[in-house]
Amino acid sequence: MAEVRVQAADFSPGAELDGLLARAPGAGGIASFIGVVRSGVERPIRSMTLEHYPAMTLPAIERIAAEAETRFSLLGCTVIHRFGQLLPADRIVFVAAAASHRRAALQATEFLIDWLKTKAPFWKQEELPDGTTRWVDAVPQDVIDAARW
Amino acid sequence: MDGVRILYFAWLRERAGRAEEIVNPPPDVHTVGALMQWLGTQHNSLAEAFATPRLVRAAVNQNFAGPTTTLANGDEVAFFPPVTGG
Repeated sequence: MAEVRVQAADFSPGAELDGLLARAPGAGGIASFIGVVRSGVERPIRSMTLEHYPAMTLPAIERIAAEAETRFSLLGCTVIHRFGQLLPADRIVFVAAAASHRRAALQATEFLIDWLKTKAPFWKQEELPDGTTRWVDAVPQDVIDAARW
Repeated sequence: MDGVRILYFAWLRERAGRAEEIVNPPPDVHTVGALMQWLGTQHNSLAEAFATPRLVRAAVNQNFAGPTTTLANGDEVAFFPPVTGG
């Protein structure tokens, strides 16, 4: 079963992995990915704010998770996506997939994050060190990555 | 068409100066594309964005939609830039 949450609060990756394992008896492997707020040395940011479309976000991610479970015969998966103001190195998103074998778990994890990036209604706005803000542009490569699956 | 609820997100919300509005487009507006054209005539600040398809995505009743998606009374139509989550 997929567990999907959209929340402002942080999460504990360890607790989430334990929870997924408990929901996926018979699993042979769990793979996971954590996206974090990047503040590069050459292009630092002060904070990042994630806006989303509340009525659409959860159903959109639930569809993506269900698709992953079917395609990769998962025993379970977890997707958590945060919104609101985050600081550099804060966790943004957590994706984990449990399967009988490693390949399905690893591929499902990559699929989930690729599709989240192009099919979940979130928008990132960066606050720069001088206090100005800018909306992050979509990355064309993300669309190519999502279309691989 | 009556009572179409429009939602704006990210820089489209900023440019529109509002997060949502209820509009009653003229009877010949049956599709998302036509609605974008018409909204561009209602909001000068959105005309350029709505005339540049690569800048704007849409959803009807919380499902991604394209310019040819048809509309009905009471629909919720959201406009936003390409998503950047994950």
